[in-house]
Amino acid sequence: MPSVATYATLAEAASAMTPTSRFLAGGTLVMRDVNYGDQGFDRIVRVPDPALKAITPDSGRISIGAGVTMAGILASRDLDFLWPAARAVGGPAIRSMATVGGNLFAPHPYGDLTTALLALDGVVHLSDSGQVPLDQFLVNRAGLVRSVSVIRPAGDAFRFHKVSRVKPKGASVLTIAAWLNRSAGRLSNVRIAYGAFAATPVRVTAVERALEGASLDQAGIAPALQAATDGLAPVDDALASGWYRAEIAPVYLRRVLLGEVR
Amino acid sequence: MAKTPVTFTLNGREAATFVDPAANLLDVLRRGLGDLSPKYGCGQGTCGACTVLIDGEPHLSCVTLAETIEGRTVETTNGLQDSAGLHPLQQAFMDGFAAQCGYCTPGMLMAAKALLDRNPSPSREEVIDAIAGNVCRCTGYEPIVDAILTAARAPRRTG
Amino acid sequence: MAVEFRKDLFADERDDDLNEIGQPIIRQDILGHVTGRSPFYDDHLYDGLLFMRCVRSPHHHARIRSVDAAAAERMPGVIRLIRPQDVPVNLNTLLSLISFGRDDEPLLAEHRVAYKGEPVMAIIATSDRAALDAVARVRVDYEELPHVLDVEDALKPEAPVVNETYPNNTFDYHDRYDHQKLRFGDVEAAFAQADHIVEGEYQMSPIEQAPIETCGAIAAPETNDRYVCHTSTQALFFSLGTTAKLLDMPSSRLHFIGGTVGGGFGGKVDSHHEPMAVLGAMLTGKPVKYMWDRAEEMQVGAPRGGERWRLKDGVMRDGRIIARAFTGFFDAGAYTRLSSYAVQKATGHLPGPYMIPNVASNVYCVYTNRTPSTAMRGFGITAVDFAIECHMDKAAETVGMDPIELRILNAYRDGDMKAHRRAAKNCALIESCQVVAQKSGWPLSAEAMAQSSLFGGGIGERGVIPETVTDQAGQIGERKRSGLAPEPFAGATARGHVPAGTATDHPATGNAPQREDMEIEAERLGFKVTRGASAPGQTPASPMPQPQPAATVAPAAPRPGAGPAMPPAYTAPAPASQQPVAPPASTRPQPTPPTPPAAPAPAPAAEPYKPEQPFQRGVKRPGVSRFISGSRRR
Repeated sequence: MPSVATYATLAEAASAMTPTSRFLAGGTLVMRDVNYGDQGFDRIVRVPDPALKAITPDSGRISIGAGVTMAGILASRDLDFLWPAARAVGGPAIRSMATVGGNLFAPHPYGDLTTALLALDGVVHLSDSGQVPLDQFLVNRAGLVRSVSVIRPAGDAFRFHKVSRVKPKGASVLTIAAWLNRSAGRLSNVRIAYGAFAATPVRVTAVERALEGASLDQAGIAPALQAATDGLAPVDDALASGWYRAEIAPVYLRRVLLGEVR
Repeated sequence: MAKTPVTFTLNGREAATFVDPAANLLDVLRRGLGDLSPKYGCGQGTCGACTVLIDGEPHLSCVTLAETIEGRTVETTNGLQDSAGLHPLQQAFMDGFAAQCGYCTPGMLMAAKALLDRNPSPSREEVIDAIAGNVCRCTGYEPIVDAILTAARAPRRTG
Repeated sequence: MAVEFRKDLFADERDDDLNEIGQPIIRQDILGHVTGRSPFYDDHLYDGLLFMRCVRSPHHHARIRSVDAAAAERMPGVIRLIRPQDVPVNLNTLLSLISFGRDDEPLLAEHRVAYKGEPVMAIIATSDRAALDAVARVRVDYEELPHVLDVEDALKPEAPVVNETYPNNTFDYHDRYDHQKLRFGDVEAAFAQADHIVEGEYQMSPIEQAPIETCGAIAAPETNDRYVCHTSTQALFFSLGTTAKLLDMPSSRLHFIGGTVGGGFGGKVDSHHEPMAVLGAMLTGKPVKYMWDRAEEMQVGAPRGGERWRLKDGVMRDGRIIARAFTGFFDAGAYTRLSSYAVQKATGHLPGPYMIPNVASNVYCVYTNRTPSTAMRGFGITAVDFAIECHMDKAAETVGMDPIELRILNAYRDGDMKAHRRAAKNCALIESCQVVAQKSGWPLSAEAMAQSSLFGGGIGERGVIPETVTDQAGQIGERKRSGLAPEPFAGATARGHVPAGTATDHPATGNAPQREDMEIEAERLGFKVTRGASAPGQTPASPMPQPQPAATVAPAAPRPGAGPAMPPAYTAPAPASQQPVAPPASTRPQPTPPTPPAAPAPAPAAEPYKPEQPFQRGVKRPGVSRFISGSRRR
């Protein structure tokens, strides 16, 4: 049975982490592993510090504490652009437990919120005050997360859609998030991310490049749809084959880009 | 194995117990305190049978670290009934055949209570979303949704 | 949701005096459900409860070289290890209680594992997590063996042997064949005469019952050398009998408590937890709980087995199906459980609810290195019904006919002889089709709407067992040697002929019943008195049964928007309102008053009780507990 160690601050917890320690936030992932006898850790570390639940707007960006729950996002007007993504996570009980920080570590096919954060230029702030772009963070997923900061998108520039077989709550077959930044009527520096497509949520750089300078209409996005899965290796799982994921990606990408689904 | 003392409010009464390290709330409620109304269905937060309310919000007790409820308020189906009789949700589930095997029922009731406490007149879609994390395998979702809507329309009880 | 009762249908067949049906009713157990107080098995608290977990095979198929549990035994909280040698009778088959099949499955595997997740050892500890931690420290040295996961691969000569009790990877039927046969009429001759041959293959994947309450049991020592067992079983006495057999103890020492089941759907009959928990209580003298977690429920819990079906129909231009052959494969997984029975249930269901004069099927219960499969809601029927109904659509498409009309044309009517040699009664498919079409706004022809299950059935060839061609291909072991194709008559070197309507003791018509209450109802058997069936495929000019000479409706002209035109042969009696409802008395089966059974002669008082009939054969076989009660009907 793992032991539990509680620390007042994230910095203290970080210095107390051992190779067989796991950090517990909302518990939905760690407690599952405890219940199922995971032999990979024997120590649970937690930090009941309210500072981790802070939501702090900062000019064009906003910082979301790692301990903010999905329900916390849904209760914050400042984060209304993330409501569709937060609502896509689990049912109400999961949403009152699952945290932003935990979602960054969620194994495939989970991580719908992370997909949204990825498209919003997420930057991970770590316990040691270091910061790392979210796409880089997802490669190793190491360290204790203090907060994530993202762009506050204007108007309808941010789009999010989750494809699942069971509604309203089902694990993702494909999640698409898009930040459609525009400059002089043309798409510019857009960010597109897929969830439940690869081992972690990923940016789709081929699509981002194809949309550079394009107009947001059927003809303008055609090259992006061609490139919908370029450079990606979709995964097989019990919900869908990689082949199926690759087939539906351009279909849903079109719908997301043209605003046919919200 | 050192145990941790935990004091909290369970269905309006003070409860105090010692919990094993890493024990989950479901085990503590059932084996530690004898409240058998929340059920084990998965141990991984996917079925909703163990749903309880913590400070009024629905939580999955099987993936809640027991010691984190120190000082908080927990509600279970065991506390729904009061001296005035059945809770309107219980009555509506009974009248509307909203349970077959009954195993998912306590979790359903708590998920529904969380909704009605916050939103006394929910739409059908809001009810469906409120129980989206609760699996019923006897496939009785329609009568369950109907029963929750019926309970929402029932006269408010005072006190 | 409102239920609509169509009491206008078959109104003269029943007294409309139902008091409960159609009335709202409060479930008798619902107060417990809504207050969270219904006593599920896990809701029985015991001080000092111990927890049991199993060491499971990570391989589909492997030989167990050795098991090292020394480290596990030293883990904190571990009370007792249970090894295969600790199980008094470590071999069983579920249906041995009704004397069907050979013992083929250990409670704990000793030398070999045949599916991923098969238990090889159990560990009892003071907490669930302590048991899990100890399980993680057991080292099993496996020698991986080739495995087979597909039913047809398993039939190939080179396939590895999955289950040593059935070395051909098929259940043995009637001590003779590697499949269950059904032969009715002559499908080969009928195929030769059919206008179209319609073939199709259909498959259903395994389906997990996934009850919200996972399977489990709590057992504890009771007074007077008994054990109490709270269980989630769907089949309390079945589980009790199985436990008595495996633990070689009189069932009178077992006090089973159940009946409050958190969803079962067939997945809680396999009686694995009860013997494990009781054995744990016996070996520790303490209350022991053995419960599957969700992952075990999904991986190890026996699902509805996968099935593959191939259908071949001989169809006439006018839509009549004159022959249908089935080749069916049930994936039993590594052990028999209930799959052998599912095959027989399926065979009894063929060819579906349709009057097809020539039917043949070969259905196989196949062993593969997959999780053993078991009961689930209509198992044995569901997949083949899916196949049949898909195939009916395919046949309709082939002949250009409306799919509902094709079903009405071919539907059983009262008195029709079914392929398993009983006359159909209480048929209602035609009426169901008509109501469904009405409700869904699906246009049907006047002829189709005028049809009824009540007339036209059992007339002429429809009411008798036809001359039947048989074969003896597929003897036990033959396929493994020769790679015989699985289809009916494939590889048959000779044909037998059972004359129409005369056989009473041929294997094709079944064995003598075991009890009086299973005597064949002569009036439902429909054997012809005289020999000489007409050749298959020869039918009256009109495919629609004619209750009596009546004005037939002229072939319908094509109606715009009303589907394809009826074939010329599709004729029907005038609307039912102008027809006598009942067919001629000679073809309408009349119930015969049952003969009262002779009162048994009272036994002399001095003699001890002896049953008139022996108890089941199963209990007398070596290795089987003598204490299992026989099950008697009535």
